[in-house]
Amino acid sequence: MVDATTVRQRAEAFLAGHDPASMSPLDWLRARFDAGLAWVHFPEGLGGLDAPRDLQGLVEQLFRGTPDNNPSRIGIGLGMAAPTILAYGTDEQKKRFLRPLWTGEEVWCQLFSEPGAGSDLASLATRAVRDGDDWVVDGQKVWTSSAHLARWGILVARHDPDLPKHRGLTYFVCDMEDPGVEVRPLRQITGEAEFNEVFLTGVRLGDDLRLGEVGDGWRVAQTTLMNERVAIGSAGSPRRTMMGLFTEDWQAHPELRTHDLHRRALDLWVQGEVMRLTGQRLREQLLAGHPGPEGSGMKLLFARHHQEVSALEVEFLREDGLTYDDWTFRRADGVDFLGRGAGYRYLRAKGNSIEGGTSEILRNIVAERVLGLPAEPRTDVAVPWKDLPR
Amino acid sequence: MTLLYTEVEEELRTAVRDLLADKAPAAAEGDNAAAWNGLARDIGVAGLLVPEASGGAGASAREVAVVLEELGRAVTPVPFLTSSVLATRVLLDAGYADIARLASGEATAALCVSLAASPYRDVTTAAVDADIVGKRPASVSLENERVSGRFTGVAGALGADLFVVPGEDGLVAVVEAERARVEPVVSLDVTRPLATVTFDGAPAVVLDGGSVPEALLFTAGLLASEQVGVAEWCLTTTVAYLKERRQFARPVGSFQALKHRLADLWLEVAGARAAARNAADQLASGSDARVAVAVAAAHCGEVAVRVAEEALQLHGGIGMTWEHPVHLYLKRAKADAIAFGTPGDHRTALAPLVGLPAPE
Ligand SMILES: Cc1cc2nc3c(=O)[nH]c(=O)nc-3n(C[C@H](O)[C@H](O)[C@H](O)COP(=O)(O)OP(=O)(O)OC[C@H]3O[C@@H](n4cnc5c(N)ncnc54)[C@H](O)[C@@H]3O)c2cc1C
Repeated sequence: MVDATTVRQRAEAFLAGHDPASMSPLDWLRARFDAGLAWVHFPEGLGGLDAPRDLQGLVEQLFRGTPDNNPSRIGIGLGMAAPTILAYGTDEQKKRFLRPLWTGEEVWCQLFSEPGAGSDLASLATRAVRDGDDWVVDGQKVWTSSAHLARWGILVARHDPDLPKHRGLTYFVCDMEDPGVEVRPLRQITGEAEFNEVFLTGVRLGDDLRLGEVGDGWRVAQTTLMNERVAIGSAGSPRRTMMGLFTEDWQAHPELRTHDLHRRALDLWVQGEVMRLTGQRLREQLLAGHPGPEGSGMKLLFARHHQEVSALEVEFLREDGLTYDDWTFRRADGVDFLGRGAGYRYLRAKGNSIEGGTSEILRNIVAERVLGLPAEPRTDVAVPWKDLPR
Repeated sequence: MTLLYTEVEEELRTAVRDLLADKAPAAAEGDNAAAWNGLARDIGVAGLLVPEASGGAGASAREVAVVLEELGRAVTPVPFLTSSVLATRVLLDAGYADIARLASGEATAALCVSLAASPYRDVTTAAVDADIVGKRPASVSLENERVSGRFTGVAGALGADLFVVPGEDGLVAVVEAERARVEPVVSLDVTRPLATVTFDGAPAVVLDGGSVPEALLFTAGLLASEQVGVAEWCLTTTVAYLKERRQFARPVGSFQALKHRLADLWLEVAGARAAARNAADQLASGSDARVAVAVAAAHCGEVAVRVAEEALQLHGGIGMTWEHPVHLYLKRAKADAIAFGTPGDHRTALAPLVGLPAPE
């Protein structure tokens, strides 16, 4: 097993041989990937060293101030596509996709949700029809974040409408440069467009872009969604938080303080600290090899905390809370919680309880998978998809 | 530091849990001697905080917290918190020579401070300040190594062998129980009843150096672990009941309205456990634990009450009976949320520590 000493030696040797000042950031990142110092828990040859996951923190610490891959811009690739490719991809797929994914050369998007299929993802209608060595894909996806930036998309489509809904799905990597892919921005309540609708019309995907077996789409998608929750749950504590921003406002404006706001602020401070500790405990469990069920709960905590803190901040600011920094309709690069104003934070945080599984769905998951409570009676599981009422 | 449980801590938990399972029936009948003897003598919990040289186990707040989780899960009426944690902590700081008596569990002690005392108020001045409404001792004097005074709301007093009386300037007096008058009070928490303790010129050993506010803060931080235990029992028991109980031809636990409530409670308990572990760890490390204690006490106090209230509601009519144990947990949770500072007291104490000063 690779230990901290080895990782440190590798990182220091790499830094000695690769001066970021004398290389382009991209070349530097590629070299870092090739040295196994991208994500140390990944296999050797794929950007890692087969090391324990917790040693990544050491690498990040040693590489502070070096070029970064702008993780918030490529979050879907790092948090969802990469672990799925690692789990289900062929050797060629891993070799082809992981390096440019990590360096940020190729942005990924997630083509899951559809107008008719959100929480009930398994009911999706986008068709994939086999045609020789290719698949032809037709359908519409929606709420697709970063589709306008993306080179590749992770896509779930229906290859067999005669099977019950969970069984007729297959998972693909979608080539976003295919002429049949059309991306249209959807303006959000913040004014800008982070997400899009994506029309897929006769998109041809080679069978080498299939991830997992035909009919395995639901299982592969579960891996993606589980990793999304783990990624959210186990993300290290950010150096600056929404509560930190509120505290700065509070200190800067003694004239706006009231007893009522003070009581609520202290409540939220405690809530934020409990959330941080819950996350820390979850990470420790992961490292000890006992992934705790807290992962599914962390996203619920984040969503509520972000929403409540940003709501309090807007109220605290009074007249400033009545203003907004910028309603311009532009295509956003990602979420900018800390760089934008309180109004943006308040509005964007509303999405936290919808994106990546709504808070209602997450409560169902906690209740059934963690607490073992019985599922509600269902009528949609054993029926062929084409016969379901819509 | 770790927020998980070490192997040693898990072994201690198993020992305590097995013992309580064995002795619980007797304790439920009001006879807690068997449980206390087993805990103190066989497992040695009474001496956890006492150094080995003084006849204890030389353990830390982390192990104490694990014992408290188990005692909370069983709402066992034993004087661990009041004697082996609170009074012991004061006596250790004051250099009490005969601490081995407490460490072995052969004797127990109670600190003459109301269970409702806040660590953020000076209880020794409170004791002489006639303005502390209603709950004050009539008078306290600690003169010529003799103690007079009346103390209300004292937990762990019934059956205690020693009383520790706080004086001013870090003085504490140790009085043998036969020199005290102990009157039971009909208490909300039937598994941790209170008493009024009166001394009238009782001879005392007067010591210097005990810090009552620090001991209260220490105990408040560890009480959070008891609250985790209470909450955990309520959640587990309720989940099990809802899987079994059928109405409308299906288990009531399959109704989403209830599943979502339980999912939220589970999350709160997970957060409470993280906060309580953090407080125990900080207290064990001896670093400044004020923030960790206040966060744990504020959060765990409210969570235990909420989970106990929900447990009662979700049990339906059976939850209202004296026979079903859920009321014991509700009473303990509600009393614990007043003990050693309310959640509001702890949040208020955080204000200057976390950069959120109060309005003018
Ligand atoms: C900012 C943002 C970014 C997004 N980015 C992406 C992306 O990149 N890729 C992608 O594929 N998708 C993305 N989504 C879509 C997101 O995953 C879906 O919006 C979400 O899964 C909910 O689906 P829906 O919108 O169809 O709502 P619906 O499923 O129609 O839900 C409507 C309401 O009903 C509730 N509900 C539904 N089913 C149940 C149930 N069984 N029990 C209780 N309540 C229920 C929901 O919680 C919700 O409140 C994004 C969404 C947002 C807001």
